[in-house]
Amino acid sequence: MSEGRIDLLARLPFLKAILNSRAFQPALMLATLFFFTLAALTGLFGTPAGSRNFGIIFVWIVWWALLIIVLVPFFGRLWCAVCPIPAPGEWLQRRGIISRVPGRLRTLRWRWPRRFKNIWLQNFGFLGVAIFSTIILTRPGVSAWVLLSFVLVGVILSILYENRVFCRYVCPVGGFIGLYSLLAPLELRVKDTQVCREHTPKDCLIGTENSYGCPWMVFPGSLTRNTYCGLCTECLKACPKDNIALNLRPFGSDLLVAKERRLDEAYKAFIMLGCALLYSAVLLGPWGWIKDWANMETPAHWALYALGFLTITLLLLPGLFWLTTVAARRLAGQQTPLRRLFVDYAYTLVPLGLAGWIAFSFGFVLVNGSYALVVLSDPFGWGWNLFGTAGVPWTPLWPRLIPFLQVGTLTIGLLFALDIAYRIARQHSRDHHSAFLTTLPIAGFLAAVTVGFLRLYLG
Amino acid sequence: MPRTPAILSWRTIRLLLPFALLALALWLIPAPATSAPSVRRISLEATQYQFTPGRVRVNQGDRVIITLTSSDVVHGFYLDGYGLKTRVEPGVAQRIEFVADRPGKFRYRCAVSCGPLHPFMIGELVVGPNVPFWRALGLTLTALAGMLAYLWQRRGQQETAEVSPDSR
Ligand code: SF4
Ligand SMILES: [Cu+2]
Repeated sequence: MSEGRIDLLARLPFLKAILNSRAFQPALMLATLFFFTLAALTGLFGTPAGSRNFGIIFVWIVWWALLIIVLVPFFGRLWCAVCPIPAPGEWLQRRGIISRVPGRLRTLRWRWPRRFKNIWLQNFGFLGVAIFSTIILTRPGVSAWVLLSFVLVGVILSILYENRVFCRYVCPVGGFIGLYSLLAPLELRVKDTQVCREHTPKDCLIGTENSYGCPWMVFPGSLTRNTYCGLCTECLKACPKDNIALNLRPFGSDLLVAKERRLDEAYKAFIMLGCALLYSAVLLGPWGWIKDWANMETPAHWALYALGFLTITLLLLPGLFWLTTVAARRLAGQQTPLRRLFVDYAYTLVPLGLAGWIAFSFGFVLVNGSYALVVLSDPFGWGWNLFGTAGVPWTPLWPRLIPFLQVGTLTIGLLFALDIAYRIARQHSRDHHSAFLTTLPIAGFLAAVTVGFLRLYLG
Repeated sequence: MPRTPAILSWRTIRLLLPFALLALALWLIPAPATSAPSVRRISLEATQYQFTPGRVRVNQGDRVIITLTSSDVVHGFYLDGYGLKTRVEPGVAQRIEFVADRPGKFRYRCAVSCGPLHPFMIGELVVGPNVPFWRALGLTLTALAGMLAYLWQRRGQQETAEVSPDSR
């Protein structure tokens, strides 16, 4: 199980000490909350010109680039440990910020409905934001209201329900971070599952006088994937057996955990891949009319655009993949039910989808990065010049480098996806031969998507 | 289970060498000679939030003369890879002249903040033949073929499912 793992906590005592301190996580959350508040304020009261507004630039360029190019691929859910959005709700529940306030969480203790114990709400929440994204990305006021509404929903849910129900089941961002964190080379796990099985008090679940029960409602002893662990390290603070490990591991390990694959997550993979392709065409493409439609030039046009968007992500892409799976199954004479294969092979879209998002992000982050310097000095666009950088002209950074980065990222994503495809096929096949045959149609699909991206970026 | 990293074995290197060479060749072979350069006059109109035409094709070596106009507010023009930058006011045509000596696709973008969608006001100049695109395509497909060959030769190795679906 722990093959190829390196426990960072065992190697780096200072890291363990930092993570064991109750002040560390709140300190980072307070820092991000400061920037979040500034983003919301500048969004509401600053200039309506997006490229001069701190809220737009810092959320959709700086934070976004950091999240999708660095944090998610290399650190998985780490962002969720420092995210400001659930902070007010969590602190209200706990009646404190740093120290462990004795007693249970203060909530109405409602029960989260069983049928929402999955990521479908996150899937539809993301799509809901996605069809409005051209507006949200470019209007500081709208952007601020969307961010504030996330906080508000977080607070309301933490009054009604215990723990981070918002993060786990509702947050549209959390959904894709969870899915793509399957790839990350970092994981929180227990050292020995046997120790957990025999330790009946389960301090990590109920909390101790120095820790809260897992806010993500996850039992560390049965963690096999990163998806729903928010890396808050409450369990590290709780465990009397010193059984928690923070491992370095090979990229993508979790994609091979067969027993936890689910349709809602598979759909998340389709939605994310579809959005990466669509955004690349709509926002970075040369077609002005699509931009007009996405920009709600008329309600009818926007409705058509939204309909097309949803059809492509929810029906067309999954439909084509379904046909690919049918072909793959026939070719190798597999016995596994088709639905199961469809769900399982959809996880090959995780590496490719993330590569697509990174490539898309390279397409606008480097070009528009110089705005960050401007808004740092003049966050509201009111003519301030705090650090003397308010007058920096718009300077695209290495536009000639962008295609190389995009091709490199997409190729790595494609090769990674192929390897995963074969290994998933192997889980369903008697022998190497049929696994290889099964991989071929999947490879065709993955290659077609990659060529689609290349066509949009370079062709 | 002792495991040597398969990617480093001689067998793998022998297997992947042809693909690596092919990729290298695709990267390095000189582009085909282009047709004789000509002068290309293009009128480009900027409106919120697009350029018309949104896509311009020229041949490598062509002298490109763009007449840029704006039909609503002040816009700009910035050409990736060529570094050209201008500003255009409604009613005052701008002339942009350059030799398209680099092949590939280069985006031209509005360079003057002109409204919410300004950062996405983008057009495409394709300087053909679009050798970088074909090279990229060739490299990616060669990598794909190499990967399939690598997966195929796993035949001899025992591949264990880390957590097989039926193990519980
Ligand atoms: S407290 Fe530690 S040993 Fe006990 S169940 Fe939790 S992780 Fe396992
Ligand atoms: Cu413009």
